[in-house]
Order: sequence, then structure tokens, then C-alpha cells
Amino acid sequence: MLAVSKDIKTINLNIGGYAEGSTALNNKTGGWRTFKPVLSRDKCVDCMICWIYCPDDSIVVKDGKMIGFDYEYCKGCRVCANVCPRSAIEMVSER
Amino acid sequence: MVAVKTIRKSLTGAQAAAEAMKQVDVDVVAAYPITPQTPIVQEYAQFVADGIVNTEMIQVESEHSAMSAVIGAAASGARATTATSAQGLAYMWEMVGIASTLRLPIVMNIVNRALSGPLNIHCDHSDAMSIRDLGWIMLFSENPQEVYYNNILAFRIAEDPRVFLPVAVNQDGFITSHCVEAVDVLEDEFVKKFVGDYKYPYTLLDFENPISVGEWAMPSHYFEFRVSVQKAIEDSVPVIEEIFDKFYQETGVKFDFFEGYRVEDADIVFISMGSTSGTVRYVVDRMRSKGGKVGSINVRVFRPFRIDKLLNIIPNAKYLVVMDRSLSFGTTGSPLYQDITSGLYSKDRCLLVNNYVYGLGGRDITDTDIEEVYEHALYSMSEGISGQVVYVGLNPSFVKK
Repeated sequence: MLAVSKDIKTINLNIGGYAEGSTALNNKTGGWRTFKPVLSRDKCVDCMICWIYCPDDSIVVKDGKMIGFDYEYCKGCRVCANVCPRSAIEMVSER
Repeated sequence: MVAVKTIRKSLTGAQAAAEAMKQVDVDVVAAYPITPQTPIVQEYAQFVADGIVNTEMIQVESEHSAMSAVIGAAASGARATTATSAQGLAYMWEMVGIASTLRLPIVMNIVNRALSGPLNIHCDHSDAMSIRDLGWIMLFSENPQEVYYNNILAFRIAEDPRVFLPVAVNQDGFITSHCVEAVDVLEDEFVKKFVGDYKYPYTLLDFENPISVGEWAMPSHYFEFRVSVQKAIEDSVPVIEEIFDKFYQETGVKFDFFEGYRVEDADIVFISMGSTSGTVRYVVDRMRSKGGKVGSINVRVFRPFRIDKLLNIIPNAKYLVVMDRSLSFGTTGSPLYQDITSGLYSKDRCLLVNNYVYGLGGRDITDTDIEEVYEHALYSMSEGISGQVVYVGLNPSFVKK
């Protein structure tokens, strides 16, 4: 599509590209994943090390218990599986 | 027209810049306080130390950090400024482009000096030319008086909600920055009122409405953001006109994008920027007294560059002498020449134009040099010579033909 410079009235974007809070949530990055983390609940001791290390916010915790992963945002980076002292997280191919 | 009261002071260009910054009452100044810094920040630091201004002075560890700090300050709702020169601007370069694409109304004084190498600290415009494509509005000053006025106008232009772009105020290194001249200084109250309060659409410090600034933009958005900066600088033209006009109404001091001098009927028109424009006018008068149909243009607003405005004031020109104080390696002609020749082409006006490159690394440009250029221009006009680059004042003992 072509847009002739002189015909452009305005570009409808936030000035300088600032973003309101929480707008990153609209960007579902889980689609980038090829391996997904899967929790063995029987091995997990709720030490929360995976929660500390997760570079996103994809470790789901409820009432002090690690209950799983937020697959809408988890990119499968494998950090949680690497840091887990109980080997309770296994990376499983998405295919 | 209402004439406002002024006080005449003896100021260098650097002091004139600091004086304007003081009157505008800047909230944050971030600067790196050693070479290639100029006395602007030193003068300002004195105002801070003496308690004359309420400014947070941040001594950073480099120019890169100076611009970063100023960007952060401007985004959090403070009127922020810095000053730099030459290598300092080069080191700051990465952040200079970020300031404009974040659309932060930062004002920066640039004392134009040569870029290395070889190492040199004297005047030319190479430093400023390195940021000409980065989305800053660029004003050029001929003398300390213009440095002073340009600073006041710069804050007003940058902070206009229809603009929100950073503005660079340029002055010639040493020739303007270190030489004392008489400067008419406006009253503090007038300046404060003319510039107004700094208001930005958001602030980083609003914890109720958190935002993030300096976003990542994927290929799906980056292009539009860049075009929005282009649009902003194009749209700043009528606002700059309006502010110049308001300044004229209130002070009687007239500013325009291009200051024409005896151009109306001129065949030959000199076009230059910075302190050389004064010398050129002096030579124009001399040549006029000998019957030469010659005039000059001082480029005050270099970005946005409006060729139509330039052509409007030279209806009878046949030959343009484009004076550049920098080089653009590997292409035909220097930056001002490129702007003018490509502009002429788009306006379908066919003039003879030659590029006269002078004064690199602080080499003197005297009235005799400019007379020599005029003689060359007369000859080139009669022979129809155009598109040449001529070096003014190149030492003949080094030149082998």
C-alpha cells in the first residue's frame, strides 16, 4: 500500500510510543514456544525457585503452592526446568 | 508593537546561552564537565552554586549519559537541557536520535566544533551535520545575541504541544562561544511568561497511571513511528512561524527561517550559516557599493529545511554561492549544498549553484576570502558553471593540480 507524504494528516500512535501499564499482556508470546514445561506435582516441594527465576511471569502460584504454567506467555525458555532442584519440571515437545 | 525592556550586557555566546537557560528556569541540567564541554555548563553551574536557579545539576560520566539523563528527566515531567560540542555530540549520538523519536522537548546547545580526526577543537559544522537526519529542529546562531534569542525561542518551540520535538541551538565554536559581544537581555519575567510552563502529556512519576517509555517496536510498528517524527517536524513549520511572529510582536525582534540581506534584486546570492553570515553581509555591502547585484541569506532554521521559503526571498537570483563549513565524504557537495540543490530540483527552478567549502577545523574565513569567492561566482555565472565544489582557503602549497 502506498501513502503519499503530503496526504498523511496524522499518524495515530501514542506520542513517542509510550505504552500504558499492562499493555504487554496483549502480546501473547506463548506462540513462540517449541518445548513446554510440564510439572510433576509429586516431586515439587514449592520452593519457588522457578517462580524467582522465570524471566516472564509464567509460573502460576496459588496459596503458596506452585500449580503450573501460564502457557499464554511461557516461551519455553527452559530456565525453570534448569533451576529446579528436584527435577520436577520436564520440557516436552509441542509437536 | 510593544517594546519590552532590555538590559545590555557583555556576554560571550556561551554566557548568552547560560543566561537564557537561567531565565527559562530549567529544572534539570545534565552534563559531562570536561573536554569537549564548553563554558555554557560551567556558567550555568555557577548560577546553581550561587542559588540563582532551582536546577538539579547532574554531573554524569559521559555525554551519552548526559543525554540519557536529560531524556529521563524530560519524560518524568522536568524541563531538561544540556550542552555539548564536537566529540561530545558524537558520543551522545545514539541518545540524540532517541530523544527525538520519544518526542521529548529537550533543548540542547551545541557549540559547533570539528570532529576528529585529526584531533582539533576549533570551529566547523561537522558535529551538527552528524545529527541532521535525527529528527531535531536545528537553529543556527550568528552571534551571542542570536544564541540568546534562539534559546528562548527553542524552549517555546520544543514545548509547544503541536511540536514536542527536541531543538538544537547551534553556535560557532570560539568565534561565537568565546568572544564577548553586546547582548540585549530581556527581563526575567518576560522570558518566563513567553516560554510558559513545561507541560508534557504524561509523566513517568505518575504512579496511579503507570506507563513505560522507550518501547520496543516490531517491524509492524517501527515504520509508522519514524514517519510520525517526519510528520511532526513537517508540521512544526507553521508553529515555528507563529512563535517567531509572536516574538516579533512582543519584542520587535524579527526572526525567519532564512534571513535575506539585499536579496530582492540580487543575481548572486550567498547562503551561509553561523558567524560567517556577518562577514558575508559586510562583503555584500562592499560589493554593492561597487555596483554588484549581490545579496546574502543566513540560514537560521536548518531543520526543518524549507526550500520554498528560501526561494521566495530570492526571486531574481541566477547564481547561488552555497557556503558549507563541513564535508560530506563521498558525495557531491556538503550538507547545505545537498539540501539546496535537491530542493531546487523538486521546485523545478534551474539556478547555477556551486558549493564553497570553507573554514574546516577553525580555518579563518576573512572578507578577502569572501571577495575571492565573489569573483569566482561572477566568472562562473558568466560561463554558466554549476555543480562544482570549491575549497576556500585550502593552503596552495599542499595543492597539486
